[in-house]
Amino acid sequence: MASDPIAQDAPLLAARRITKSYGAVEVLHDVDFDVRPGEVHALLGENGAGKSTLVKILSGFVQPTTGSVLLGGQPVSFAQMREAEDAGIVLIHQDFNLAELRSVEENIFLGREITKGPFTDRTAMQARARELLDRLNCAVAVTARVRDLPVADKQMIEIAKATSRNASVLILDEPTAVLTKQETDTLFALLGRLKAAGVGIVYISHKLAEVELIADRITVLRDGEVIATVPAHSISQDDMARMMVGRELTDFYPHIAAPAEDAEVLLQVSELASGPEVLEASFALRRGEVLGFAGLQGAGRTALMEAIVGLRPVSRGRVELRGRPVSLRSLTEAKAAKLAYLTKDRKGKGLLLGSDLVRNFSLLALDKFATPFIDKRRERAAFHRAAKRFDLRAAGPAMKASSLSGGNQQKLLLAKVLEIEPEIIIIDEPTRGIDVGAKAQIYGFIANLIAQGCAVIVLSSELLELIGLSHRVAVMHAGRLTAILEGAAINEEEIMRHASGLTAAGASAA
Amino acid sequence: MTLQGMKIDLKAVGPLAALIVLMVLGTAINDAFLSFGNLTNILTRSAFIGIIAVGATFVISSGGIDLSVGSMAAFIAGAMIIVMNLLLGVTDQLLVIVVCGVAFGAVLGLVAGWLNGILITRGGIEAFIVTLGTMGVYRSLVTYLADGGTLSLNFDVRSVYRPVYYDNLLGLPYPVLILALTAIVGYVVLNNTAYGRHVQSVGASEDVARYSAINTDRVKVIAFMIQGVCVALATIVYVPRLGSASSTTGLLWELEAIAAVIIGGTLLKGGYGRIGGTIAGALILTLIGNILNLTDAISNYLNGAVQGVIIIAAVLLQRGMGRQQG
Repeated sequence: MASDPIAQDAPLLAARRITKSYGAVEVLHDVDFDVRPGEVHALLGENGAGKSTLVKILSGFVQPTTGSVLLGGQPVSFAQMREAEDAGIVLIHQDFNLAELRSVEENIFLGREITKGPFTDRTAMQARARELLDRLNCAVAVTARVRDLPVADKQMIEIAKATSRNASVLILDEPTAVLTKQETDTLFALLGRLKAAGVGIVYISHKLAEVELIADRITVLRDGEVIATVPAHSISQDDMARMMVGRELTDFYPHIAAPAEDAEVLLQVSELASGPEVLEASFALRRGEVLGFAGLQGAGRTALMEAIVGLRPVSRGRVELRGRPVSLRSLTEAKAAKLAYLTKDRKGKGLLLGSDLVRNFSLLALDKFATPFIDKRRERAAFHRAAKRFDLRAAGPAMKASSLSGGNQQKLLLAKVLEIEPEIIIIDEPTRGIDVGAKAQIYGFIANLIAQGCAVIVLSSELLELIGLSHRVAVMHAGRLTAILEGAAINEEEIMRHASGLTAAGASAA
Repeated sequence: MTLQGMKIDLKAVGPLAALIVLMVLGTAINDAFLSFGNLTNILTRSAFIGIIAVGATFVISSGGIDLSVGSMAAFIAGAMIIVMNLLLGVTDQLLVIVVCGVAFGAVLGLVAGWLNGILITRGGIEAFIVTLGTMGVYRSLVTYLADGGTLSLNFDVRSVYRPVYYDNLLGLPYPVLILALTAIVGYVVLNNTAYGRHVQSVGASEDVARYSAINTDRVKVIAFMIQGVCVALATIVYVPRLGSASSTTGLLWELEAIAAVIIGGTLLKGGYGRIGGTIAGALILTLIGNILNLTDAISNYLNGAVQGVIIIAAVLLQRGMGRQQG
């Protein structure tokens, strides 16, 4: 998909010598960045490198301390996002900006309703919304309430909303973090069409394979400075990673020894069903094993795990822990059974963003510190131990969880959950939206858990991650566990074939 | 860390600073303000709202609200009086009657709180709606029990019960002691036990609490039960004061209790509670009335207006500080 941009083209939007400081902290230093018509310019960098700040400056969300933003060669200063949008610059946030209780159509036209006289023209808006969503192959009903939709659809709505603005510059912050391979392909096809129409696209992603596929130019930021701006075809993924991290990345996925043939079965799930999301799933997990779970959005992986740990009711089937049948009705019982679950919704379900790090850390294992009064000194000591073990980089324990970077939030969540000393750990999307450096560390932690004799289940929409980590990969399709792949069968094609229901084993062909 | 720690302290000190400002103002206006008599009077008058507000701090921290506390107090007071009057026909041991009445009030408060909690969690109805409903029910029940008039405690029983409101220990009136005790217990539970953390976590994010193995329904029901017990406690201190209950007993107490909690720095949306602030808030509300009584500058009839302004000012100040912190 990559093609050479016409180098002489004047940039649509440019940042010149941008410096941004918050108090004494300089987050951007003398940054030059531009995007030309009809190109995809990828912006890479670890978390905290300054990518988000830069795109916020480009889209008028934040004012630079020094330097200027040029639109079509003219210096501009947007007082509000709205002005930037009117000028054709649209930013799609990593965290969605949708009115959850309103319909899809209302969201797409929020603040720009089509009117007929003094009234809104529902019919026109619904028709236009349908058109925009169809271009994204998104079948969601325009009258559906946003809250009821899966994250992937929300992302599509954000993109539809952005394209409805007739953007000349589109800035996407981690758009594929919540999308499956197919949805990603659809998005890329759309971006291709926008490119052809002369739209300049700024693309932020941690998925280097995607960047390699889609970008024309790549700019790497590290510690608030531009390391390089280069044509995409001139560097490999390894080069990108090295430039971002500033050091050699030795083998990205750690070697995790296979479990012994006769290793104890810690978790056995038989013909489990739960509500409409999980129809049937059977699998076993051995001590010392990493079992990956693949599947498209809505395949029921998360629901299955939540049913196992007692967060949602089991309608049929059996769960055995260490050979004993159990029926866990709450996470408290799961905790007692040394079974831990890390949600993929770090911000919504994992951490109290407004609370400090210590309180977040100890929340799950609190009874350890309360007898019945909380021993705050012991609690703090445990936090410092965990912070060291998980290389948590934070200003101090009184810092709020919301001020941590994605990677550090994930480490905090890991520290919180592992404080109960579980034997079976289920991790949903262990590295979503976190940088390469933190990713490698998380993989290292998983390897350590296995070395200590734990068993780990990893749910991920990044196939390479599943392939790199897992001893076996279970694949789910439409609520059913359709295959458990081993050895050479663990490859992208095979996983996708099962995940999309294209196998004989799948009850119905998609 | 030090910088942040200081800011948080500032926030905690806010209500206390306002209290001190009001006290200086009171002293400037009238010399009688700082007299031991006036100060204990202020403390005693703050006791009902203060005790109820300690419970409200739990409910509000958990993300709930209880509008029924004033009516509940009136209902408990009426029911206690009826029970004690009835017991006169069973025994002539007045002390036993009072103890039974007090125990009955406590149980009634516990049950009423539990009922609010169960309706909210099992019924899946917003706390605002449930307690708006029970507020009407209790208010109406006490009016019905009093047949539109006043329920009066038997004179002999009241003379035994009377010291609970009017007597003191080492110069400190019992209501003040009970307020202090309630506040201390409330403080320790909220800040130093797992339950206290759980309450605030549920208020901050129910999802995160649920995914942290916290039984959110149980936490909420217990918060309402704590509120019920606090209402009962306040009523137990209140009944000997007048020895009667009517349809106007405890009128608007719910708003005063909520106001005390909010002035004290607890977030109305939940997730963060401060018992010390709540007590300061209750004292501030009483002080305003007291100061207006001592001066002719502002009419006493404007008491509610001044209180209202103070509530809004307190929240504005807290927002300002919150933004600085964020």
